Amino acid sequence: MSLNIHRVAHRFGYQRVLEDIDLRVAPGEAVALVGPSGCGKTTLLNLAAGLLSPWEGCVECSFRRPAMMFQQPRLLPWKRTRDNIALGLKAAGQPRAARHATAAALALRMGLTEDDLDKYPSALSGGMQSRAALARALAVQPDLLLLDEAFSALDIGLKSELYRLLAEERDNRHCAVLMITHDLMEAIRLADRILVMAGSPGRIVAEHRVDTPLAERDESWVFTRTAEFIRWPDIRTAFALPELP
Amino acid sequence: MSRARLTLARRLVDGLAATGHYLWGGWGSLASLCLFFALWEFTAQRLGSLILPTPGEAFATLTGLFASGEAWPEIAVTARRALLGYVLALSLGSLLGLLAGLSVTASVMARPIVTLLVGTPPIAWLILALLWFGAGDGTPVFTVFIACFPIIFVGAMQGTRTLDGQLQAVAQMFGLPGWMKLTDVYLPHVVSYLFPGWITALGTAWKVVVMAELLATSDGVGAALAVTRSHLDTAASMAWIVALVGSLLAIEYLLLEPIKRKVESWRNFA
Repeated sequence: MSLNIHRVAHRFGYQRVLEDIDLRVAPGEAVALVGPSGCGKTTLLNLAAGLLSPWEGCVECSFRRPAMMFQQPRLLPWKRTRDNIALGLKAAGQPRAARHATAAALALRMGLTEDDLDKYPSALSGGMQSRAALARALAVQPDLLLLDEAFSALDIGLKSELYRLLAEERDNRHCAVLMITHDLMEAIRLADRILVMAGSPGRIVAEHRVDTPLAERDESWVFTRTAEFIRWPDIRTAFALPELP
Repeated sequence: MSRARLTLARRLVDGLAATGHYLWGGWGSLASLCLFFALWEFTAQRLGSLILPTPGEAFATLTGLFASGEAWPEIAVTARRALLGYVLALSLGSLLGLLAGLSVTASVMARPIVTLLVGTPPIAWLILALLWFGAGDGTPVFTVFIACFPIIFVGAMQGTRTLDGQLQAVAQMFGLPGWMKLTDVYLPHVVSYLFPGWITALGTAWKVVVMAELLATSDGVGAALAVTRSHLDTAASMAWIVALVGSLLAIEYLLLEPIKRKVESWRNFA
């Protein structure tokens, strides 16, 4: 079981967006793709998810249950939160009572209330919608979770709460994660491996391992590592930061 | 079990509250209707009953028409024609519109034709229909159909054209089977475009059928109107008009609007 992206190139019309991408995600591994806006991160994730077919190269995904959390919550506006969370389970043919029970249990763990479950997404706050979207992705018990800047619009309190939930989920079921973010701190907090992308056309320019176990990555450790990380020359070029004196 | 019952109870209470809210909202409409009748009464008193009968006279005549059993058969005939043309337009227009929306080429090609159909006045279609179908059911049914079709077609086409690509990606990602994509993703969206079209078309059907009957048939409300006109019987004319408008309002507010509220309840919580 793994996700293999081999020598992939992609273009929209005549514009080349990705070139020569090699990427592997092993079971249980968390890989973060960081890079400036518009460098093709989302395209790469869509390729990994099978939502796009690559122009060149091949994408092989042998994970059985991939799930994705999109940049926006993307809940179905005409379904109550309960049914939104249970969407993947309904698709898998689970009976109504069982999938509703699973959805409710997950939602409660995410800090949603019984009341929220009966609401339509438009009646939920942005943070609640994000929780519901994460619950929807986790409900199918994914072995690969794709995250597309899923936490970028949230406040720091909610972020750290969802990070904790995600870490719990990975501990419990060893699900692999491929996340894209432009938040270096997020990458350092969550990932085992950080791939740095640079733009036009997008390619992977550097790779860094983070070997500290998740449990030992506290606030101050994350701050220190991020400060170190941001001084690396390849990061500075990728994000077009001015050179250090 | 008890939790399920609780949820059910809450749904019920929510539903009742929504109905109450809807009916309470009717007070405003009722007030404006009263104002309208007052204005009518005032004008009628000024002009005299030959030119404009008072609401009282019109309603008395209408009651008389119902009491003598004269009204029902005519209304039934008219309703049959209007509904037949409407149902034809509804099924064909929805189906073709949805299909046209699926393809960019088809919708680009359909647009000028639709503009042409919408732009042609129903009276022109009526003349053609008279030539093709003569005096009988065919003429009003066809005129209703051709007047309603483009309205419904455009609504359906917009519905599929505006399907949200983001939600389609969600559907694909979570492996929704085909039927579920249809019932959970496509239809709820499309219906919100179809419904306004259906309602507008129903109003059009009701108006056009009377016009067609006035010129083409010897029975139905339109024909009855033609007779009252030739007898200079303004009170009866008004009575028929009240019957027409009243039935249209009844269908729209007692049938279609509640259905729409039910189907689109998710919008009201915004």
